[in-house]
Amino acid sequence: MNNFEPKIVAFVCNWCSYAGADKAGEQKLDYPANVKLIRVMCTGRVDPQFVMRAFRVGADGVMILGCHPGDCHYRNGNMKTLRRFRLFEKMLEQFGINRQRFFLDWVAAGEGKKFQEVTTEMTERVRNLGPLEIKGFVEREVG
Amino acid sequence: MSDKPKVAFYWCASCGGCEETVIDLDEKILDVVAAVDIVFWPCAMDMKYSDLKAMDDGEITVSFINGAVRTSEQEHIAKLLRRKSATVIAFGSCAVMGGIPALANLKNKKDIFERAYLDSPTNVNPGGVVPQEESEVDGYKLTLPEFFDTVYKLDDVIDVDYYMPGCPPTPENLANAVQSALEGFLPAKGSVLLPDKSLCVSCDRNESKPDDITISQVYRLTEVQADPEKCFLAQGIICMGPATRDGCDYPCIKGNMPCTGCFGPVSEADQGARMIASIGGIINAEKEGDIADVVNNIPDPAGTFYRYSLSSSILGNQRKEK
Repeated sequence: MNNFEPKIVAFVCNWCSYAGADKAGEQKLDYPANVKLIRVMCTGRVDPQFVMRAFRVGADGVMILGCHPGDCHYRNGNMKTLRRFRLFEKMLEQFGINRQRFFLDWVAAGEGKKFQEVTTEMTERVRNLGPLEIKGFVEREVG
Repeated sequence: MSDKPKVAFYWCASCGGCEETVIDLDEKILDVVAAVDIVFWPCAMDMKYSDLKAMDDGEITVSFINGAVRTSEQEHIAKLLRRKSATVIAFGSCAVMGGIPALANLKNKKDIFERAYLDSPTNVNPGGVVPQEESEVDGYKLTLPEFFDTVYKLDDVIDVDYYMPGCPPTPENLANAVQSALEGFLPAKGSVLLPDKSLCVSCDRNESKPDDITISQVYRLTEVQADPEKCFLAQGIICMGPATRDGCDYPCIKGNMPCTGCFGPVSEADQGARMIASIGGIINAEKEGDIADVVNNIPDPAGTFYRYSLSSSILGNQRKEK
């Protein structure tokens, strides 16, 4: 039995995915308490620095959930996020962060069920990977 | 000894290009030498560490330390200079952000030693000898400084008063800093002695940038003939201007070469993350396959976007899956 409880930060967009999480609540669908939601107006607002900071301060996984392509409240914020994400996950891998720890998907306002599924799957994936090993930077050798 | 202000220069893990900046002051160096005593500069003058050790604490007015901190010797001298100096300026990208040597932070000491001394195809090392901190030859004990697992920027090791990035900083940057230091016009401690805006703001080619800039493909400089008037990003050539600090007077761009980001990010920003945001946002592709085509043409995002600033990145050092 794996007792490790991963910490997962999920950036969810106000218009679709946060509403989707709300929908999951209305439908009484459970999702793992490991996932901590941060509501942003648009996934396009998720600066790569936020994701790196989350990993730095102890997140074992980071999710970005936004509107389906074509549904963005701001026309194409989610598409910009997708393009950034593809470049970003490649770079994070160079830093030794497994691609499975960083996840992007689309959850519409009505998709409570999908919200439950993606958060549960993400939690299990990260649980299987184990904690993100952070080798302290300054603390490691130089006092 | 005269009572002129005392100045020291030291190099840690660096290429010597920052010393070159001092030389590039040309005849202005005569004014500098007339105004100050250079008391310690191992690269150019004959001095011993013991001379430095013999000085009073705080006796040196300004120390310019360039280079990242890679070995215990560099750490030791950086700490010694800190004690002997009233003001320490981290000089050059390596001291400020790790610079090129910090790219090694994507690996660790073990990987580096194995590659450099054992695995590299040009090596002939049948005994598998790697540098040891202590070894015995003919009954004598020989020692080498410790090679750290991580490349540190200067302020990971000592307290730094001012920062001057650049690979290398320009002679104008240096002359201004020396001038301000001598006249006592230095800004608040911890400041970067350069403008806090991005290079694009003052770049000549900013005018040529379309309102909604997009790139459908990324090209290397060897693949296309770069237009000498047009914004590099609009031509699909990676230019670090959006995420890089101004202050260099853009000599690279004047020479029709894109910015590689040596002045580092503006305050509070992470250069690589800002470039991901910047480049990712302008990729002109809707389908996954088209996006992948563009991303595949950026084979080394960490090395490209953090070429000079890996030690100051949020994820800065190596972190590994167990």
